[in-house]
Amino acid sequence: MTNNRIITANQLTKIFGGFKAVDSISFDVHEGEIFGFLGANGAGKTTAMRMLCGLSMPSSGSATVAGFDVYKEPEKIKRSIGYMSQKFSLYEDLTIKENIRFYAGIYGKSDAFIKDKTAKLLQQLHLGSEANKLVRSLPLGWKQKLAFSVAIFHEPRIVFLDEPTGGVDPVTRREFWNMIYEAAASGITVFVTTHYMDEAEYCNRVSIMVDGKIEALDTPSALKRSLHAASMDEVFLKLARKAVRSGD
Amino acid sequence: MKQFLSFVKKEFYHIRRDKRTLFILLGMPVMQILIFGFALTNEVKNAKIAVLDNSKDASTLALSSQLEASRYFDIAQELHSQADIEKAFRAGKIKLVVVFPQQFDQDLSHFNKSQIQLIADASDPNVATTLTNYATAVIMDYQNRITNERKLPYTIKTEYRMLYNPQLKGAYTFVPGVMAMVLMLVCTLMTAITIVREKETGTMEVMLVSPVRPLKIIVAKAVPYLLLSIINITSILLLSVFVLDVPIRGSLALLVFESILFTITSLALGLLISSATNSQQTAMFISLTGLFLPTVMLSGFMFPIENMPLPLRVISNVVPAKWYYHIASSVMIKGLGLAAVWKETLILTGMTVFLLAVAIRKFKIRLA
Amino acid sequence: MSAIIANNLVKTYGKKKDVMTALHGISFNVEKGELFGIIGPDGAGKTSLFRILTTLLLPDGGNATVNGYDVVKDYRAIRQQVGYMPGRFSLYQDLTVAENLEFFATIFNTSIAEHYDLVRDIYVQIEPFKDRRAGKLSGGMKQKLALCCALIHEPSVLFLDEPTTGVDAVSRKEFWEMLRGLKERGITILVSTPYMDEASLCDRVALIQNGGIMSINSPEGIIASFQKPLFAARTSRMLNMQQDLLQLEGVEECYLCGEYSHVVVKPALDAAQLDSYLRNKGHEAVEVKPVAPNIEDCFMDLMKN
Repeated sequence: MTNNRIITANQLTKIFGGFKAVDSISFDVHEGEIFGFLGANGAGKTTAMRMLCGLSMPSSGSATVAGFDVYKEPEKIKRSIGYMSQKFSLYEDLTIKENIRFYAGIYGKSDAFIKDKTAKLLQQLHLGSEANKLVRSLPLGWKQKLAFSVAIFHEPRIVFLDEPTGGVDPVTRREFWNMIYEAAASGITVFVTTHYMDEAEYCNRVSIMVDGKIEALDTPSALKRSLHAASMDEVFLKLARKAVRSGD
Repeated sequence: MKQFLSFVKKEFYHIRRDKRTLFILLGMPVMQILIFGFALTNEVKNAKIAVLDNSKDASTLALSSQLEASRYFDIAQELHSQADIEKAFRAGKIKLVVVFPQQFDQDLSHFNKSQIQLIADASDPNVATTLTNYATAVIMDYQNRITNERKLPYTIKTEYRMLYNPQLKGAYTFVPGVMAMVLMLVCTLMTAITIVREKETGTMEVMLVSPVRPLKIIVAKAVPYLLLSIINITSILLLSVFVLDVPIRGSLALLVFESILFTITSLALGLLISSATNSQQTAMFISLTGLFLPTVMLSGFMFPIENMPLPLRVISNVVPAKWYYHIASSVMIKGLGLAAVWKETLILTGMTVFLLAVAIRKFKIRLA
Repeated sequence: MSAIIANNLVKTYGKKKDVMTALHGISFNVEKGELFGIIGPDGAGKTSLFRILTTLLLPDGGNATVNGYDVVKDYRAIRQQVGYMPGRFSLYQDLTVAENLEFFATIFNTSIAEHYDLVRDIYVQIEPFKDRRAGKLSGGMKQKLALCCALIHEPSVLFLDEPTTGVDAVSRKEFWEMLRGLKERGITILVSTPYMDEASLCDRVALIQNGGIMSINSPEGIIASFQKPLFAARTSRMLNMQQDLLQLEGVEECYLCGEYSHVVVKPALDAAQLDSYLRNKGHEAVEVKPVAPNIEDCFMDLMKN
């Protein structure tokens, strides 16, 4: 982890109608960091993440991702990031190889690069013999691991993970986190949301959003200390219970 | 009963809150009727007509000038023999020929009745009917006038002959055609989609694990669309009568009864589709390609069935819309009664009962 | 008599060539008034099991009864007596909160007033939003509304399929508190969840994986059956620590668990040995301590067999 700030957000705000979905949040994410982005349902996580991915224009405030401005250079941002969510990840009716090819193709990678890296990837995931099988036939855990690999296939500087481990069995969940650690060790910044509070402990730093604002941001151990909590679960409950709003 | 009503109420909420769909459902028939109506109806002001006056007496001259005086007609040609009629039409300018028989005036004064023949070029059937209607109106007007003046009950009988297209195919027939299309679309497509939507959102799951009988779910789904269809039938008929001047010649009650019968056929089809599919997309696709196209192509509305190759003629027999279209156009345009369409009505009823039975049998009391 | 009896239930999907077995002969009993958890990841067969028990699917083998009624033959009787909340949010998104509740009350031939007592504690939380369309509610609110709708006819058995999936920790906690309240009123509850930490809130749980039950016991019983020594370890370099520990003779497993890694070892090893091993490997800030297993530890241990 270096001290280069790869994401900066400064009083970033998004208003829908009269509703402040994201209310002036400011934070930095350092290069190579695993940054946990927590919050209750409806706290504004998804909206904030969309703005950072260049999918949604902020109402006010400023932010840069990988050095690019979210207002002016959303296309450059999209080229520098990877994205994976629990809901949408891979095409079920394409084979593993076809999925990899498709996503790599989107980012304009050369055939040689794709071929070389696909072979390595399939070997790493022990999927060599299943490369031509439909993604549909894979168990959920494998799909999620494959989806993560595909999201970082084009070697982005940052990867956004939206509840990547929902519903996954505990062994695969750990394997998944080991993959995240490896990606972070190779220099990719990881920006992750989760509902599993033990996973919050795996992050270098964690922010907790309540009612559109960032209520706390620190390392897990510092958060536990300052809130006199035994676990991140307790930290989260103490902060999020303050929430007054309930609609998305 | 309360259960059932609350079901129906819920369906109405769905329909009312999906404003865009509701707008399409109610606006589409209006649009279709207007588009068809105005695209097919030509301007009939000052249409060129010819007169073959075999009598040349005071009455025929008076009638001719009356026709000339109306803003609809322009007597472009005087004909001298029966053979000239064909020639006049062939030349292409004349749309209608008025033929006065010999001794028109004499017949009228001695027997108090006489007749006039109207021969129209029905290759453009809309124009042909419009013109004969206008001509008849002018003649009736004349008849009423002399009846009043001379205090004698005169009758002038008008007799029509439609050349080139005696059955007036394609004329107002688009009205029953559009009715078939709209009913099919509203009932089949919408029932199929609303049921499948409940499967997609998972509400069907909850519904099945409740004491409600599947039959109730089905009927409750159908009621709002039945009502919507009645609104649509009403708006189509009002538009065609008052805006397009398409008359309803036969019994209105019979027409409405047959339309409701066809609505139920369509609902049954929609239910069948919904029990065979699990996504709104598939339901829509099946409804459109599997039902809507045959309705347009094989009901006789766009293309005359008599001219089709045998296999298509055979297939057309299983398209419910064909039977409905036949019935509706017979009643509406030809003014025929139940005596003339009882066979078709029976076939349509048979189809409806069969489809409903299959749909209810097939409706799953479980998932998958 | 047990409220739910499942006896060797089998469910397969697909035709001859492509058969997928969702349930391989599952058996368990749920007693009257019990809060019973089915714990396992997605794809373990939880939803198939729930759908069979709620008469929505026919089993391909075995049989089951709910309140003594057969799930195949007596489906109608069962549908009168159970409440069901499917995995995804399955209320009408375009109806308001009040309209949804009213609708579900009437389809069960009852009214909100009749059983208001039962749902009151839950309903008061969503009542301020009663004129809001259900589709516009937050995850936690939707789930409360769905629970109200499933309860409105005072069912004797309640089936909740993954009610807390995708819901934040606060709402999850509140939801479980509501379930405890319902249990007090004598309602039998069968609930499934992929969150292992929720197991401790059930009376008994079945751990399910790949269509089979690995263990049925009380949460305490499951934890007590974990026989191997377990340590929590951490150093300044967690990823390397795991790799180093896995190379040590006698270490069976080493995986992340919150801020520590859990280390499963053979009885020969103790904390002091692990500690000195790690220091020798050059780790700093080494901390090794014995730790009580949690449900996840047990689940992973059972998955290996």
